[in-house]
Amino acid sequence: MAKDSHLEAFVSFNRVQKSYDGETLVVKDLNLEIPKGEFLTMLGPSGSGKTTCLMMLAGFETATHGDIMLNGISINNIPPHKRGIGMVFQNYALFPHMTVAENLSFPLEVRKLEKSLREEKVKRALDMVEMGEFKGRRPAQLSGGQQQRIALARALVFEPELVLMDEPLGALDKQLREKMQFEITALAHRLGITVVYVTHDQTEALTMSDRVAVFNDGRIQQLATPDQLYEEPENSFVAQFIGENNTLDGVVKELKSDFAVVKLDSGDIIDCKPVNVSQVGERTQVSVRPERVELNKNKLPKKAHTLTAEVLEFIYMGDTFRTRLKVAGNENFIVKTRNSSNQVRLKPGEKVEIGWSPECCRALDA
Amino acid sequence: MVNTPSDKILLSADGRPLKQSLSRSLRQQKIRALLLIAPLLIFIFVAFIMPIVSMLSRSVENDLVSKTLPQTVQALQSWDALSGELPSEPVYAAFALDIQNAAKAKVHTKVALRLNYEKSGIASLFKKTARKAKKWDIQNDGPFKDKLIKVHKGWGEIEVWKTLKTHSPRYTSGYFLNAIDMRKTAEGADFQPEDKTILIKLFQRTLIMSLIITFSCILLGYPVAWLLANLPMRQANLLMILVLLPFWTSLLVRTSAWKVMLQQQGVINDILVQLSLVSDEARLIMINNEIGTIVAMTHILLPFMILPMYSVMQTIPPSYLRAAKSLGATNWTAFWRVYFPQSVPGIGAGSILVFILAIGYYITPEIVGGTKGVFISNRIAYHILKSLNWGLAAALGTILLIAVLVLYWTYDKIIGIDNVKLGG
Repeated sequence: MAKDSHLEAFVSFNRVQKSYDGETLVVKDLNLEIPKGEFLTMLGPSGSGKTTCLMMLAGFETATHGDIMLNGISINNIPPHKRGIGMVFQNYALFPHMTVAENLSFPLEVRKLEKSLREEKVKRALDMVEMGEFKGRRPAQLSGGQQQRIALARALVFEPELVLMDEPLGALDKQLREKMQFEITALAHRLGITVVYVTHDQTEALTMSDRVAVFNDGRIQQLATPDQLYEEPENSFVAQFIGENNTLDGVVKELKSDFAVVKLDSGDIIDCKPVNVSQVGERTQVSVRPERVELNKNKLPKKAHTLTAEVLEFIYMGDTFRTRLKVAGNENFIVKTRNSSNQVRLKPGEKVEIGWSPECCRALDA
Repeated sequence: MVNTPSDKILLSADGRPLKQSLSRSLRQQKIRALLLIAPLLIFIFVAFIMPIVSMLSRSVENDLVSKTLPQTVQALQSWDALSGELPSEPVYAAFALDIQNAAKAKVHTKVALRLNYEKSGIASLFKKTARKAKKWDIQNDGPFKDKLIKVHKGWGEIEVWKTLKTHSPRYTSGYFLNAIDMRKTAEGADFQPEDKTILIKLFQRTLIMSLIITFSCILLGYPVAWLLANLPMRQANLLMILVLLPFWTSLLVRTSAWKVMLQQQGVINDILVQLSLVSDEARLIMINNEIGTIVAMTHILLPFMILPMYSVMQTIPPSYLRAAKSLGATNWTAFWRVYFPQSVPGIGAGSILVFILAIGYYITPEIVGGTKGVFISNRIAYHILKSLNWGLAAALGTILLIAVLVLYWTYDKIIGIDNVKLGG
């Protein structure tokens, strides 16, 4: 999926920095290339600089340093209304004094399209989001999900090649959200448009995107496909931020190219895969996903190290069991097991031996 | 559980009709609520409703003539004012009796003043007659027709008697006719002579100048309100203080300051002359005329325009403008098509406020308006304080009140009063 050639980049950020007050950088040295047709999500906690990046791309903020290119042309000095980028806002920003049809017709009117052509395009855009019968309504008369669809239709009605979305599903309830996630991705792929999507919801990011850029502290921490991001986080921030994660602190004892032995602070020895460590003696934070922890010793590779754990809590969740363990001093070590017919149900107070394949345990920066 | 047929009244648990039980349980709350607002209600009744009612009644009330000259009024009923002949002896006799009683009770000057509003000269006629009438013996001194005409030849004029008869009913439309530059005559309503028409002109001037003031307030206030709503907190607060500063200064001081600024030897003229924009001989006249009133009142009423506009603009999220621009609108189109329509309720609220305040303004036109820049309210004040024609003042005030209500109604019909917002 990831294409890195300069020639193919439709949108590119080139060493972009942004500061609001001249004292701190909100965006630090951002480099990002987005090929045509890609659905890219900027994911990060609030204040990580992701929305600022989106606003710079839309033209509402100017970059303090660096170039933003669209289709090979620097757009730093092009005002927002000439960029031709569609945008869906967090609270939809549907104009309350206009009907749905007038809202959709607005971008076509300012482009001085003929009336008949305008009506045709508005109708097509409304049909696309299945809202044809609502064209005479005011935004206030629509539900949140319907407003969301209208906002989407309005951003698409003038056929932009690039559409930006700023947490567009934030105000919807869970069910509607999942439905809209699916609809937006389907629509984007059908129309072949490039989408830059900002969210702080990792599930949304993982399910919708071709690639995800994880932002923190004004930098992209990792830019990868959803599966890479989840399974091969490159640093402890990404590992913590995406999905559930167990961490254990320790020191590297042995280091080979794809295998390392870490001595935990509790004195236990574990095996892992080195990702973000460079030398023996370095402090590290190892990360294991709850579903990759093995309770059955027979399924582990031979000679693998195991740890003794004490069961603190057992939670029945229907399709899975969540077991909270005390492992090497960490009392929040979670193990997730599937509810299969022969799965053991642990009781609090029990002692178990746990382990994992070395490739599932990643030694990251401390 | 309870089987209630639809044609039966719902009963509560104790067997009473449900509606009765409900109103009983709410009565306590309602009484408490009423007691809490009672002081305000009483205050509004005493200080607002009663004066208005008294003003309305005063504008049509006319019992002075019939009270002071009861016999005459009765006797005059049989006289045809349009016959072209003087009233007969019984009328003169009745009048002699009335004027004697009035002179003894010392109330004849009041009625003289009242009738003098309608026909000048009557006051002296009454005073002279009253002086003489005190000594008459009503039973034996008749006939009075010639006697009265001898006292003052005015009693031989039909016009005097016409005036007396026209204004003898207890209720009159005379004040209202006067208020619109007409007068009540025996023949019916008629226009005032050219040299006495002033009030219609004043009403027109008041309306037109209030409109001009309202529009200047919109023009000056809109950008300020926009800045207030869009600047960062700290600067906006500072600006807000500047907007509110005039509220903390006395109205009189501010108006007098404009006198200093605008007069011919004042600050603005001095600067213009210094910059050679205006020659020293042709200094601009900006005070004691319409310009003075408009400038000073715009300044004084500006905060009343800015504050409602600001509170409405504050609720317009900046994302609307951004959305419009991202959809391809230029700054101007985004403003005009998206921002402005949403700020209209604020303009409406500010305009109503400023216009209604302006239409009844008194102090500022009085100080800086000269003769060309005074409003109808100054005329009302004149009739209350100087000419003491309270009936006319009340009629003028009533017309002003009705004019405001009509404008309010028109506004509601055209723009809709729901569109007026003083905030969120």
